Amino acid sequence: MALDEIKIGGMGASRRRVEDNRFIRGKGNYVDDIVLPGMLHMEILRSNVAHARIKSIDTSAAWEIPGVRLVLTGEMMAARNLAWMPTLSYDTQAVLATDKVRFQGQEVAAVIADDPYIAKDACSKIVVEYEQLPAVVNPFEAQDPSAPLIRDDKENQPTNKIFDWEIGDKERTDQAFAEADVVSKIDLHYPRSHPSPLEPCGSIADYDRATGKLTVFMTSQAPHIVRAAVAMVAELPEHQIRIVSPDLGGGFGNKVPIYPGYVISILASILTERPVKWIEDKTGNLISTGFGRDVYLRGELALRKDGRILGMRMHTVSDHGAFFADAQPTKFKIGLMHSTFACYEVPAAHLTSEGYYTTKAPGGVAYRCSFRVTEAMFFQERMMHAAANDLGMDQAEFRRLNLVKDDMFPYRTAFGFLTDSGQYGKCLDIGLEAIGYSTFKQEQEEARKRGKLLGIGISTMTEPLGAGNSREYDIIGIKMFDSAELRVHMTGKAILRTGAKTQGQGHETTWAQIVAHELGIPAEDIVVEEGDTDTAPFGMGTYASRSTPVAGAAVAMVARKIRAKARKIAAHLLEVSEEDIEWELGRFYVRGNQERGVTIQDCALAAYSNVPDGLEPGLENNAYYDPPNLTWPFAAYICKVEVDAETGVWDVLKFVAVDDCGVRINPMIVEGQIMGGLTEAYAMANMQYITFDEEGNCIGSNYMDYLLPTAWETPGFELHEVVTPCPHHPIGAKGVGECATVGGPAAFVNAVMNAIEHTGVRNVDMPMMPNRVYEALQTGEDVSGMPPMKVE
Amino acid sequence: MSSLYDEVAPTPGADVPVRRVTIDVNGQKRTVDVEPRLLLAHLLRQGLALTGTHTGCDTTSCGACTVLFDGRPAKSCTMFAVQADGHAVETVEGMGSASGLHPVQEGFKEEHGLQCGFCTPGMMLTAKALLERNPDPTEDEVRWALSGNLCRCTGYQNIVNAVLWAAKKMRDEQTQEA
Repeated sequence: MALDEIKIGGMGASRRRVEDNRFIRGKGNYVDDIVLPGMLHMEILRSNVAHARIKSIDTSAAWEIPGVRLVLTGEMMAARNLAWMPTLSYDTQAVLATDKVRFQGQEVAAVIADDPYIAKDACSKIVVEYEQLPAVVNPFEAQDPSAPLIRDDKENQPTNKIFDWEIGDKERTDQAFAEADVVSKIDLHYPRSHPSPLEPCGSIADYDRATGKLTVFMTSQAPHIVRAAVAMVAELPEHQIRIVSPDLGGGFGNKVPIYPGYVISILASILTERPVKWIEDKTGNLISTGFGRDVYLRGELALRKDGRILGMRMHTVSDHGAFFADAQPTKFKIGLMHSTFACYEVPAAHLTSEGYYTTKAPGGVAYRCSFRVTEAMFFQERMMHAAANDLGMDQAEFRRLNLVKDDMFPYRTAFGFLTDSGQYGKCLDIGLEAIGYSTFKQEQEEARKRGKLLGIGISTMTEPLGAGNSREYDIIGIKMFDSAELRVHMTGKAILRTGAKTQGQGHETTWAQIVAHELGIPAEDIVVEEGDTDTAPFGMGTYASRSTPVAGAAVAMVARKIRAKARKIAAHLLEVSEEDIEWELGRFYVRGNQERGVTIQDCALAAYSNVPDGLEPGLENNAYYDPPNLTWPFAAYICKVEVDAETGVWDVLKFVAVDDCGVRINPMIVEGQIMGGLTEAYAMANMQYITFDEEGNCIGSNYMDYLLPTAWETPGFELHEVVTPCPHHPIGAKGVGECATVGGPAAFVNAVMNAIEHTGVRNVDMPMMPNRVYEALQTGEDVSGMPPMKVE
Repeated sequence: MSSLYDEVAPTPGADVPVRRVTIDVNGQKRTVDVEPRLLLAHLLRQGLALTGTHTGCDTTSCGACTVLFDGRPAKSCTMFAVQADGHAVETVEGMGSASGLHPVQEGFKEEHGLQCGFCTPGMMLTAKALLERNPDPTEDEVRWALSGNLCRCTGYQNIVNAVLWAAKKMRDEQTQEA
């Protein structure tokens, strides 16, 4: 009898998480929990100004403090060729500043001491003399001819511009606009935000001179990329480098880049020959590590009177901070921004982008986002909202008319992506039904008569998740495939390792479910390990919702290789030819005689004790999976709000999420991902942003200034499910971790706009704080978060 | 052995004042010599190797470092260890017993109330204190009680469900005992 898949914790089971067993006991193993014998502690002195020439650094008083073992400056790093390091976007970034500081919070010196208190004391004794230079706090200032040149360290960098980039068909797009009945425009700012996992970044570097081996425990979402980078930068042999990502207290893209602190701790360990621990404080994390967004989005739609989209133009101006350290595929300068409008039929589209240096922290990371798709989809859904209003069409009707229809897949988007599957209209309809859309307009009107402002906002979107394929997607030349290795032991228990790295997504639980599905080995008999480059197969790590689309596919493929070998063993055990063997979950049997069979566990035992002639013993294998395409989940997010006209405060009355992420491995975990993502969407729409004053001081350098939503203000979410299996993924799954963060913000903003746009307001930039909403209500004018945008 | 509470003068000649304090930690009296400026969170984590208490923000904002101080939630990252002298501190390691989990711990697993696990110890201790004070809270009461603890992963709904699950289990157990 075949096994009951749900009972063995296979696909579709809301299996309770394995990793919880340690976390609920306080037995997680985060970087800061690790203590090595003889370990020293490192603290970084950061620049308190945004832009200045360093005249001198005096570390003598720091050296005098008892317990201080080493004080490092940029000069000392330079002597070892380590003052600068390459970034993931082919730029360079200062490890410790030598010539200038280029943002507030930049690393200037480091103290290594017997305990962290002494290291902090000593940092405060370092005297740095700065000659201040003007700060540049947005890309419009940066392009001013009188702006100071920020990257005077670089050759061939006469201005602050990093890149010009374009994609699409300009001629056909111009043609579409020439033929349009209506042209609708929008100007938006997606403000700088910080992923801000609760656990900050940190590392423990442990160099063993006797063996020449360097071990680094660190907060990395992509340990193998770090190993390759350390090998190249520090010129250490790759086989002598072991990077270990233990439990991570959240990542959200923040823990993809390689930060100066990691590099300094490595050099400090080499110099002191002791393990060196560096744990960043929250302010250090917020002011110096990879931010998200900070893009100005301008665009327009060419429309026919009947509501059909003819063409789309978009222009982005992005602020990358002092070093171009975006974590994204090499080919795409502004990430996957050109995934915008992928769920709609758009005959012609053209995107132009400019990127600038400013004196702000570097690292446009994909904050819970597949490389700028968050900005792309926010632009898309705010643009759709404005266009429907300009046409005088119903928001839902306008979207339904232009959405790609179920029978059009595979569908080539105007920018060349190939979307694979979906039931877009169905998702929208479920959402509309759940929110009570058909009666809303009447409800809104009646409420308005009573002085109450109600609004509904819709956001429908698909997004590209799961980079690669490797033809198009690489990071610093490393192709974006992923991997899995499965070893089935003699008793039928197994260990699975992948090149991904969980940060709360629950891989230890779900990867075992995929193996259970493929082999019928109960999930509880499979242990999952990730994050140790000495044991895990090479992989690109976890971000951009790529784990299930890529590493998850590799898990299925390696399990199938194991099954193929087990089939040979089964034939041997059952004394029939392989062609006469049938498979049902957990068991091979003789065709026509279902009683006569052997279990996968029988085959595992035989693999080590009774192998047929000509077959090598053992039951283990690995798989490298290079996806044929990205996966394209779809979501319809619909939000209903009430805005208080007296204060500008808005409350979510109801939020409906309809997600189609293909086949769900563990529905409980998928729903957890969606609710978490929606909360970050709510945060960005409502309160969460990091800004700077004119002098480049970071406003939002701690949790008292950088507001994150708590349980009290976060609304509840109503989740619905549609399943359209991904046609090219081995188990039909699509990415999901980031959909809600990507598509969610526009639903909140469109809802608030819908409640107040009768006053003539067209846009209020995020975050829609009460003062901004109130101002819009009072003036009937847009409230912009951006400095004036220059147009050529 | 950590230099923080044990080897208070890491280098001979350093004149670092120390104070001897006795704290009831998870039911055990612990007597340690500490620098007066040592934070309670650091004593627990580094000195006593109770690493379930996490430090997230250093500014009393995130609540990852929450412990129960004489039974009430307190953020140990902004308390000095010397302030705990003569008091009782409960950490996540003191929840449940060798044989079983506290209902709040069970609830967090059952209702998927955690993802990365970093906020979880603080959340659970805050919830435990709430349920001792109010065995039958409403959803709003749970949300208000947890509003000093940040979570970046879950969106809170499952955390609230976990606490309500635990409350029901604790009430049911009480009814059975009665």
